Amino acid sequence: MDVKKYIVKQISVFSENRPGRLAAIAHALGEEGVNILAFSIAEADGFGVVRALVDHPDKAKKKLTSLGFNVAFTDVIAVRMKDKPGGLYEIAKLLGDANINIEYSYAYSGREGAVLILRVDHVEEAIEKIGAYGAELIETKVFH
Amino acid sequence: MRSWDPRIEEMPVAELKKMQYRLLKTLVYRLYSFSPFYHDRMKAHKVHPDDIKELSDVKKLPFMFKKDLRDNYPDKFFTASREELVRYHVSSGTTGKPTVVGYTENDIALWTNSLARALTSAGLGRGDTIQVSYGYGLFTGGLGLHYGAERIGATVLPTSVGNTERQIELMQDLGSTAIACTPSYLLHMGEVADKMGVSIAKDTKLKTAILGAEPWTEKMRERMESWLGIKAYDIYGTSELSGPMFTECTEQNGFHIWSDIALTEIIDPQTGEPVAPGERGELTVTILQKEALPMIRYRIGDITTMDEEPCPCGRTHPRVHRIEGRVDDMLIIRGINVFPSQVEHALMGVPEVGQHFQIVVDRKGALDDMMVRVELAPASFSDKITDIMQIRNKVEHRLMNYLNVKANVELVEPGSLPRFEGKSKKVVDRRSL
Repeated sequence: MDVKKYIVKQISVFSENRPGRLAAIAHALGEEGVNILAFSIAEADGFGVVRALVDHPDKAKKKLTSLGFNVAFTDVIAVRMKDKPGGLYEIAKLLGDANINIEYSYAYSGREGAVLILRVDHVEEAIEKIGAYGAELIETKVFH
Repeated sequence: MRSWDPRIEEMPVAELKKMQYRLLKTLVYRLYSFSPFYHDRMKAHKVHPDDIKELSDVKKLPFMFKKDLRDNYPDKFFTASREELVRYHVSSGTTGKPTVVGYTENDIALWTNSLARALTSAGLGRGDTIQVSYGYGLFTGGLGLHYGAERIGATVLPTSVGNTERQIELMQDLGSTAIACTPSYLLHMGEVADKMGVSIAKDTKLKTAILGAEPWTEKMRERMESWLGIKAYDIYGTSELSGPMFTECTEQNGFHIWSDIALTEIIDPQTGEPVAPGERGELTVTILQKEALPMIRYRIGDITTMDEEPCPCGRTHPRVHRIEGRVDDMLIIRGINVFPSQVEHALMGVPEVGQHFQIVVDRKGALDDMMVRVELAPASFSDKITDIMQIRNKVEHRLMNYLNVKANVELVEPGSLPRFEGKSKKVVDRRSL
């Protein structure tokens, strides 16, 4: 299996923890015509990291960097979830048994059901395990 | 050319001290006779010009403070008549009411000559193009450097401060080899040049920067020298003494204070007693040859050390080291003295954060709370919260080691801290007494 095509490029943006920062990021992306497909905010003492899957990550990075934001790309994977109880357990157990650590995760509900975004310590191995298990991985071209 | 005025600059120390004594004696007699202020002050201090029998007797004389100048605003202090004055400068008044400085023709010549020696000692001369990016006007920096640079036969590009993109274009087009400005303005200029796609190191002829009018650090020098491909020299002076007057020589180890112009002492700010040689204290200056606004034992309020050993450059005049802080910039945090320059020094060793910072002091209950805000460097941003926390802990740790007092660190977005084109104001003190 070609694992590369399942590696999704997420953008991560450093943000001070004060009013208006998310609006500034979202406004900049809107201006560039970049669509946000999924996002989450991780919050720590005094700062936060905004993580997002967007349709044009390079364009988004360029724009945000020009505005002075700290932006990084991070490899994540996206798994289509079965819309029934126990779906998350299956994936989490699979990775846990393979000793792959989930650093963080978030989800969104699209037209075709729920999608789980995973940041793991061994991306390619995780893709292989999930693929072999028969769960549906979403190809990166679906996003961008 | 090694020295602008070798006879004076390389004069044996014993002769230099004799000259200082003669000049001091003359000054004291002159002021006792002609300045009501000094006359009264010396009487109150029970000292007469006849009591000055050797150079070290200078310590019998009373100190003079910035407050004395303010109390005598605008010109009651002057010892030259209105007709003899050729110029005024007015200090920025960042620490209070402005002070007015007057100059006779000889005073301007003395100042210019001091800078001609200084700029020559920093390796500049005929053939150099010196971009003067200090403010021109009431501030002494612009005009002072302008006159000094013309005196040594260099070409002056009088850009003053601001309009940075145009300054960078002119620097390229006219081939500036040197710039004189504040260190924070040069940093700003470097950042603006980067944004324009211009590398100061590769795309300009700049090789020397004469930086002053605000405190900076050795680490900042290293960073600017490697980033911008220049040699950076410290320049020193205050408007009360005339303006910028002294720079480092090419040894880059403290600025030579010309002994025929100024008699320097380093004293303990608390007791007023001289400190042991080489120890840290408050710089106190007697200006030996000024006509309009002479100064005896003027307490500038700058904290530094002095080295009287001969310099490898051949000049015999003492060197005063980089200013470490201001007596009145000193913050007292939970009983511990903290200078913003120490914070700067601590931060320079951490590549994960930027060069700008802000200190915010507040009171939480009965305790002082000190927060240092720094910009997270773009290259060290990772998506992981734990990595960012680690950078913050590292900075907090380092500050603790340098300051001996706990400071909280807040990481902020790059470019979000205020940039200053003049003297930077890096401390916000919200404590109310």
